[in-house]
Formats: sequence, C-alpha cells, structure tokens
Amino acid sequence: MNSKIKKDSKKRIFFDNASTTRIDDQVFKEMESYFRENYGNPSSLHDFGELAKSAVESARKKVANLIGASAEEIYFTSCGTESNNLALWGLARTLKGKGNHIISSVIEHHSVLNPLKEMKKNGWNISLVPVDKCGLINTKDIENEITGSTILISIMHANNEIGTIQKLKEISLIAKKNNIIFHSDGVATAGIIPVNVRELGIDAYSFSAQQLHGPKGVAALFIKKGTRIKPIFLGGTQEEGRRAGTENVPGIVGFGKACELAKIKMEDNIKYISKLRDNLINGIINKVKNVKLNGHTTDRLPGNVHISFKYIEGESILLMLNMEGIAAASGSSCTSQALKSSHVLNAIGLSPTMAQGSVLFSLGKYNTAEEVSRLLEVLPPIVKRLREMSPIYKE
Amino acid sequence: MVAYSKKVMEHFMNPRNVGEIKDADGIGEIGNPVCGDMMSFYIKVKDNKLEDIKFKTFGCGAAIAVSSMVSEAAKGKTLDEALRITNKDIAKKLGGLPKNKLHCSNLGADALHKAIKDYLDKKGK
Repeated sequence: MNSKIKKDSKKRIFFDNASTTRIDDQVFKEMESYFRENYGNPSSLHDFGELAKSAVESARKKVANLIGASAEEIYFTSCGTESNNLALWGLARTLKGKGNHIISSVIEHHSVLNPLKEMKKNGWNISLVPVDKCGLINTKDIENEITGSTILISIMHANNEIGTIQKLKEISLIAKKNNIIFHSDGVATAGIIPVNVRELGIDAYSFSAQQLHGPKGVAALFIKKGTRIKPIFLGGTQEEGRRAGTENVPGIVGFGKACELAKIKMEDNIKYISKLRDNLINGIINKVKNVKLNGHTTDRLPGNVHISFKYIEGESILLMLNMEGIAAASGSSCTSQALKSSHVLNAIGLSPTMAQGSVLFSLGKYNTAEEVSRLLEVLPPIVKRLREMSPIYKE
Repeated sequence: MVAYSKKVMEHFMNPRNVGEIKDADGIGEIGNPVCGDMMSFYIKVKDNKLEDIKFKTFGCGAAIAVSSMVSEAAKGKTLDEALRITNKDIAKKLGGLPKNKLHCSNLGADALHKAIKDYLDKKGK
C-alpha cells in the first residue's frame, strides 16, 4: 500500500480533519488492553465480560459528559451515518401514529438526505428548508413548514463542508413550541465546539469518535430520556434494546477517552486552531487573486477554511498539493464518487464554476503554524500553473 | 492518488503543448466549467498534417493528462490519422484511467476532432 504514498523528504501535512482525525496517543494507549487482555464480550456473565461491560459503562459516562447528557441517554453505534439513520428511521417510525411530516435542510450530510429520500418513497412527507449564501438557515423558514403532521425536525449543528454553525437554540425553541422532536447531526461539532444538549434543548444528537481524535468505527446517538425510538438493528438486547450487536469495546473505550480529552482541552484547542485558520484565510486572500471564502465569516467551525479558486478545478489543485505532501479535500464533481458537484455549494448559490474550483482545508489540533506557512508557500504557484492552463482564465 | 497511473501523473505534472495559437487554422472546444471539464484545442495545419497543436484545459488530473497525451499523439500526424485517434487509444497510452475518469478521455479525442472539423469546414467555404 505504501507504493501509492510518495516516499520522499517532504513532510506529510494533513489538512483534511473534516474527513477524519489522527487518533490521540492517550486514546490509543487506553484502547490497547481491550484488544489484548480485556477482550471479553460485555454480554457475557463471567469476569472477562464483566470487565468489558464496566469499561463500556465508564466510557459511556465520559461520552455523555462531553455533551451535557446522562450516561443512560447515550447509545453506541458504528459511525455517524448509523447514528443518523437510527435517529431518522427510529424516531419517524415510532411517531408514525402522530404524523408523517419531517422538516430538514438542503445542506444536510448524505447520511441524513438519503434516508429522507427513501422515506419520501415510503409514505413520509419531507420538507427541506433552504439556506442563505453563507449557509445559514432562517428559522422562520422552518416555522413556515410546520403542519399538524410534523413529527420531526432534523438540522445539522454545523456543516462539515463550509463550516457554518446553525442557531440550534432558536430552532429548538420552535420545535418545543410546536411539540416536535428535534434531532441534530452533530458529527462536525461534538468535541470541537461546546455542546450542551440541555441548553440547546435538543432531543437527539449524532456524533462520532473519529472526528474528535478517537478511533474509526464507533459513534453515538444521544436520545433524551423519555423519548421512544425503534431500533434499526435487531438481534440481541445490547444498548437497552435500541442497538443490537456486540459492542466495539476497544472503540468505545477510545471514544470515552477522546471525549474526556476533548472536553478538557476544548477552549485551548478552539483558540489554537482558530488562530491557524484565520492566518490561513488571510494568507490565501493576500497571496492569491480571485478567491472566495465560503461559509459564514464568524459563525464557522474553528478549523474550517473553504475556498473557491476562480478559473481552475478542485481535483487538479488537490493532486498538486498531494505531490507536495499536503492533504486536503474539494467539492468539485471530479472529486465526488458520484461525479456530482457538492449539493452544499449549490445550496449557497455558488456558481457552478466556483463550486468546481473549491478546496476545503480543515485544520485540527495537530496542525502547526509551520504547516500553514508551507501551504501558503506552495499554493500560489499551483494556482498560477493551473490558471495558465485554463481556457477561461482572464487576468 | 485517485489510482492514477504513473504515465497520467507524468502528463499531469508536465503537460505537453499547453497554450493557444493566435491564428489557429482550427479550434475545437468541448465541455464546460459547469460539468467540471472543458478543453480547447488549437491546430495549425500544413500539407494536410498537424504542424502544431496547443490546448487549454479546465479540469481534473485526468482531463489535463488526456489533453496532453492527445496533443502528443496527434502532433505531426496527417488529418486522417488524427481523426482515427480514439478515446481508447488515449486511455491505453496513458496506462489506463480509473473507471469514473474514462469520460475525460472521450472529451480529449472529441475536442481534437472538433478542431480538425472546424479547419475542414473553414477550408471548404
């Protein structure tokens, strides 16, 4: 596999924390014994099982603590996508007697949009509210969609692509006023910015370990106590009957530790990462002409730098950056497996050309000022080269 | 990255024949930025041969590599020979393309053929 990674003296730089994050060393250390020594199945009666069970419950408390919830309100899943699927299908099916209308937004992640698409074919009515050119939802738009049949509102806390953070508290007030269950996809926010489910007034919240320096393969769904939800995985009685399947013990332990560290370090991390982000944004704007920062200028994730480069295409930028050892992402159609340009960029009204020329640099706690400097060094020549090749470039 | 062959990467990093020809004998434009790929080919014809070819491309790694390879494959050839260059030829010369990038090779050959057709149309007038 290493043959595909260019082996040279260039240091590898990871500016793609929105896709996943490097595991924290302390998290990895914490997980090890649950592979090698304490490898029991938490459902077993013997001591091996008991130890594993106790580790899972201890982690559950830490995970709950990150978002201001109680341990009994946390259900472990395998990934953010599963948490979103469980939330949508599980809540909607439970509430089918009450109504069949769901309100969400056009910029949700595919793990929310695709289940909703399927639900539309299966008897549910779906309304997707638009966003403005910064990616913000107008809460009045949600209010206007509410009918007597509305049973669920699902709005992501922040958008993973353009970084815009929604005003969840305002939305939850509307949901409460109308007695509607409110779910939020918090995969891009938990562990990154402060989240308190009580303050925010939400009923369900999805989040994932791999976004907060925990391992891949484990995530959670917060469900407020007293909220009924039908499982989508049927089998054994794990997770109080809400999610069957042998628990990913090492993963859950790692998740717990990652949440614990994220909570302690949150303020410091936000300060550190935001500074790097702002330096990168300013650097790009100063060094490269005809660029646009996408997403909200102030209500944005601490590490999100989403830029459109006029006249050139995203994948070719990424390829050249990759040759320099720098990893980033893009919303162009060439970079999507579906060969479609990003629905989020469409939704904020970005012109198709600018959408094709978009690059996402997502910073995390392990990035450094030196790395940002290196990016600012190599990026302008790359843009220049590609613009010289472009049939639509006008100086 | 993206499972591109060594040859594709080579043509992407060092594309041949990038540019425009001001008084081109034929111009072929294909695609548009909305789709994510756009190629413009410029040709100079002498004694029924492609004396010079230049291109400009807005697009991904495959699009740029394909444009470069098309220009290299066609330069110096007769118009007939150039018209017979297919997408499959280009993809083969590049050591293959990932499945979802094969459409880029279509654009390259088509843009070249369009430029030749433009020349022939102009000549015919």
